[in-house]
Amino acid sequence: MSPCSRDARLFWILSASALIASGLLLLILVFLAKESWPVIQNAGLSKFMRSDGWYPTEGAYGLLPMLAASMAMSALAIIIAAPLGVASALFCRFYAPPLISRMYRWAIILLAGIPSVVLGLWGLTVIVPLILAVSPPGTSLLAGSIILALMILPTVALTTEAALAAVPMTYWQGAAALGLSKEATILRVALPATAASIYAGILLAVARALGETMAVLMVSGNVVQLPSSLFDPVRTLTANIALEMAYATGDHRASLFVSGLVLTALVLALAAGARRSGGQIVHA
Amino acid sequence: MRESRAFDLSSPRAAWRDLSLQAAAWFAAAIVAGMFLWLLFDLLWHGAARVDWTFLTTTPKSSGRSGGIAPILASTLLILFVAIAVAAPLGLATAVLLSEYTRREGRLGQMIGLSLDVLAGVPSIVVGLFGNAFFCVWLGLGFSILAGGLTLACMILPILIRTTESGLRQVPDEWRLSAEALGMSRATILIHVLIPVAAPALIAGLMLGIGRAMAETAALVFTSGYVDRMPASFLDSGRAISVHIYDLTMNVAGGDKNAYASALVLIALLIIINGIAVALADRALTRRVSAA
Amino acid sequence: MLRLLALTVCGGFLFGMSLTANAAEKIVITGSSTVAPLVAEIGKRFEEQNPDVRIDVQTGGSSRGINDARSGLANIGMASRSLKDEEKDLKGTAIARDGIGIILNAANMVRSLTDQQIVDIFLGKITDWSAVGGKAGPITVVNKADGRSTLELFLNHFKLKASDIKAQVIIGDNQQGIKTVAGNPNAIGYVSVGTAEFEAGQGTSVKLLSMNGIPATVENIQNGSFPLARPLTLVTKDEPSGVVRAFIDFAQSAAVHDLVKEQFFVPVLP
Repeated sequence: MSPCSRDARLFWILSASALIASGLLLLILVFLAKESWPVIQNAGLSKFMRSDGWYPTEGAYGLLPMLAASMAMSALAIIIAAPLGVASALFCRFYAPPLISRMYRWAIILLAGIPSVVLGLWGLTVIVPLILAVSPPGTSLLAGSIILALMILPTVALTTEAALAAVPMTYWQGAAALGLSKEATILRVALPATAASIYAGILLAVARALGETMAVLMVSGNVVQLPSSLFDPVRTLTANIALEMAYATGDHRASLFVSGLVLTALVLALAAGARRSGGQIVHA
Repeated sequence: MRESRAFDLSSPRAAWRDLSLQAAAWFAAAIVAGMFLWLLFDLLWHGAARVDWTFLTTTPKSSGRSGGIAPILASTLLILFVAIAVAAPLGLATAVLLSEYTRREGRLGQMIGLSLDVLAGVPSIVVGLFGNAFFCVWLGLGFSILAGGLTLACMILPILIRTTESGLRQVPDEWRLSAEALGMSRATILIHVLIPVAAPALIAGLMLGIGRAMAETAALVFTSGYVDRMPASFLDSGRAISVHIYDLTMNVAGGDKNAYASALVLIALLIIINGIAVALADRALTRRVSAA
Repeated sequence: MLRLLALTVCGGFLFGMSLTANAAEKIVITGSSTVAPLVAEIGKRFEEQNPDVRIDVQTGGSSRGINDARSGLANIGMASRSLKDEEKDLKGTAIARDGIGIILNAANMVRSLTDQQIVDIFLGKITDWSAVGGKAGPITVVNKADGRSTLELFLNHFKLKASDIKAQVIIGDNQQGIKTVAGNPNAIGYVSVGTAEFEAGQGTSVKLLSMNGIPATVENIQNGSFPLARPLTLVTKDEPSGVVRAFIDFAQSAAVHDLVKEQFFVPVLP
């Protein structure tokens, strides 16, 4: 076979793969839309954009409180996880003795690998009772945020660390030549230089937080309501799907696919926002 | 001049700020490490006594309250195998197309890239919904290891493509030019130059994907199912280990001990896979260096 | 390398196909997550005695079990309740009984609640334990997710509507309810009696309340005096025949009573 035809065939194989890979998103969206179509047709999309209750067996499909809960929980989680994650990276890179740094890094990687179910179990038996002691019922927005923060912290820490490692040597040398203190070098040179990557890491973490399911289902109480305090139980869009999908039929099942569509739209908006502001979701 | 005083090493204010940042870093690390150790010891405390060779090699009894997790481990690994067997070639090919045939700023590359980024962000439970509707019902695979693996493949594909792509982009252009100057066809260059070089990145991406896939619960309940028998084929339903943990803690009275033990096994498995990945990546790297 | 991978994939698929092609007769059972662990165990024993039969149990919920049985997606559906009037076109067979009991945290001083008090608590009219003779503290109502048959049974018994209940925690499966109540001294919930009895015996911090003066025990479910009881039902579209018939007969027989008890349910006596 001539090299030319082999190359052409290779190109077609590659193109076909890329087509499949990028068509997957479309396929997912089409199927979500197809499965949710019956209930959208019957009830109308406006029935979902309400906050007067989620009783699919009684024909009430108010998704808004869950949308709000998903956003609030992810926001809170990143507020906790971002400073801790960045500080963890600084600790590893600049402050910890080599052995401790290695062990700490290993712990962070391991934390990233702890399955959602296991964290949820731990949260339910350890964190929830602690919050309960402050304000009942314990299973709450706060509990969900703390567990989520633990899950996404490694993402922030590892991306930040990778970005810090990539800061060019000349920056450090320049800072040293200027006689900058360690603190000034870190805060005024290193972090600004890596801001874009840290930001990307945070966005990736938020996307993961929005999509997290099992742990949230176990610790956040799952009551469909607009949260008015940190201690209120809430239900996220993901928990809604996991809680009811197993047995839902007919319009109820279709309404869960609508939950999925709304959730995907939220992530899409996030990705689009990230693109517009120049950042890019990277995979750490 | 005030600004520069803040930077000045000798000023007491700078020293104080230096110290407070250091304290903040240590404090944050202490919180995170404390939480992690608490979690780890909690798991070990509850589960370590149960984990032994028999636990790994026997079948669950009495809905998993007693007995082991052998069929569940087998199902988990088979699901992973399907996911990797499908996602790895597809991901590699797409990454090659992105890095070798499209320009980074080009429209095609941008479009594929955007769709991958969004796909990476699609929550796993939504992928699970899709997997249930598409693979299980529409394609008629039913609850099966095949359907579960294909669903996971959808989940890990974007990670795989992006990491492999970045690995390929790091190959210096001189290598491609030299290979072309030697009269190699693009296919040959791909197989003999690019893929070996990008192998560590591909493997790293795979491992990231496997880590996420193995811990996946929600998507697998709807696709690979609940059957805890030793799977005999890819069309059998098989319970993944995280689904097993969830069922033991949330649905089976008296299942907690084995749930903790299974969780420990899962974490150990993740550590082993990570270790293998690092070793493989290192080996691939040394081979490349010696070849170069 | 690509070709190798492609071959592996194809090989894998063929391997899968060939194995299924000569596989034995398969019974697919879907439905209630309460019944699923029991039927899975019964299935394993049935497989041991009938090596040419495979029984695949998928968990979900009662409504899905009934739906799948009707649509033919499953050979048998599982429901943790009896068939409703509009489902009388299906054929249901009870394989065990279960009760639903109100549970409180073991530290709660309240010994019993009247039906009216329970209703008022779940409707949010009573929000503090001091109103029903307990130590002052805000009541945490633990409810089940909409559409679960345990919730339906509870609602029917107390003549309530799902949307009227004011819950602080909503749970999915049974154990989540027990764990939630055990971890919260002011919680009230309702779960499967057998499992709660077992957990309380294991030292878990929960206790079962009497209903209308009848203690929530497995015995009282067995003798039929406990008011909030439900049959665990296997549902088929038509009068079962062949292997399906054999399996349902087996699931009712005394040969599986030990399995029923192991899952903390009450065997049905012929």
